[in-house]
Amino acid sequence: MTEFSLSTPLDEAAIRQLNIGDVVYLNGTIFTGRDEVHIHALKLLNEGKDIPVELKDAALFHCGPIMQKEHEKWHLVAAGPTTSSRMNSLEPEFISKFGVRAIIGKGGMSKPTLDVMGDFGCVYLAITGGAALLAAKGIKNVLGVHWLDLGMPEALWVLESQNFGPLIVAMDSHGKSLYEKVRSDTERNMEDVRKILKLD
Amino acid sequence: MITENVVKQATFELLRNAVTVLPRDINEALKKAYETEEEAIPKMQLKNILDNIELAKAGPLPMCQDTGIHIFYVTYGKDMIMKVEEAIKDGLREATKSVPLRPNAVHPLTRNNPGDNTGLKMPYINYRFSDEDFLEIAVMPKGAGSENMSALKMLTPSQGLAGIKEFVLNTMVNAGGKPCPPTIIGMGIGGSADISMKLAKEALLRPVNAPNKDPQIAELEKDLYEAINTLGIGPMGLGGKTTVLGVNIEYAYCHTASLPVAVNIQCWAARRATARIHKDGSIEHITHPKEGEI
Repeated sequence: MTEFSLSTPLDEAAIRQLNIGDVVYLNGTIFTGRDEVHIHALKLLNEGKDIPVELKDAALFHCGPIMQKEHEKWHLVAAGPTTSSRMNSLEPEFISKFGVRAIIGKGGMSKPTLDVMGDFGCVYLAITGGAALLAAKGIKNVLGVHWLDLGMPEALWVLESQNFGPLIVAMDSHGKSLYEKVRSDTERNMEDVRKILKLD
Repeated sequence: MITENVVKQATFELLRNAVTVLPRDINEALKKAYETEEEAIPKMQLKNILDNIELAKAGPLPMCQDTGIHIFYVTYGKDMIMKVEEAIKDGLREATKSVPLRPNAVHPLTRNNPGDNTGLKMPYINYRFSDEDFLEIAVMPKGAGSENMSALKMLTPSQGLAGIKEFVLNTMVNAGGKPCPPTIIGMGIGGSADISMKLAKEALLRPVNAPNKDPQIAELEKDLYEAINTLGIGPMGLGGKTTVLGVNIEYAYCHTASLPVAVNIQCWAARRATARIHKDGSIEHITHPKEGEI
């Protein structure tokens, strides 16, 4: 369990040094993006249009925060992760076309995403689901928001992080996934489980 | 007197209590889970959860950014039928603004978000009746991460108890880390397709340390609890000993030709709050007797 403190923009070397089980703390800009941001950004890209932010070497946070506006300035209240698997079908294209280097979320993602992470040099960083105030402590500032018409949870928020974590490297750029490891452990445990339940 | 204003105030207080302070049984189960885990990763996940619970209480602020959609259970006492829908909606709007809650309720097709957590049939209110002298309101703010992992299976009677167990196991393996484990499993057995689903959610209103009164069902709850915690999915699906904090089952008689089984998963942030409104209009909080305490 090696600990790393990384700053955005993230270069490939910084990402390739990470292995599953490592702990990461992030500094610098983080973009939120969930279902609608993925759909909207890919649609614009495929129409040859620009999106309002630079996602190359960026960290993308699967998160729909609670924000409050005070004196014309957005203030972050709570910001835990959403379930990443909802973005399974969109993430491989999103990573390879925009050049994202780190996905922050919970629950893990599918094999096609793991494969693209290996090809391109990207990692999946697991943050504790539901621990939204702990996560918010690592966000120092709300730098801006785009596509607010998608609704507060679905908008693209630009956040400034400081010591954001602890994040667990759960899928690395070497084809390894903690979730796959847990899945094979689960299969191995199944015999004991079935015994407890008196199943055949 | 129980006025609409009192119902609105009670709704507001219930929501603030629910999203900022977990019920005692859940807190205790999470602390026990932290003691049980030995490996670094699951222990770290549970420590983050426990630290977060303290931050929420101190705020008071919502422990999770997904403050859910809002399922209410209104139980009318004797001679107490009154319209409460608008008062509950007003309380929810107020809580959305000032607790604050995330505006989650959207049109299912256009995905338009009105921004105040209300819309057609939302919040959803279940109505029940009792012969007590109070009006009881319970709220369960339900997040999507766990709700999306819910499942219903119309088993054949011949699949029986073994079929039920297989179905729950498959559902939990498939859910993995997605519903924010350690979770609570609400199960409904019997009834019809819709009744079993409703029972599964109602089962989540019961504390995790209170087994079903029917010994056969209580044994199934215990066996499933032990079995699922042997899977090794662990906190956040990153491996470990604690996958569920409890298994709560409710059942109903069903058609001789069917065996419906429903699973409704609740995340570790198992938020629920109950209050009673007495005839004099006073509000008595049951799950959260004092502000910021349980």
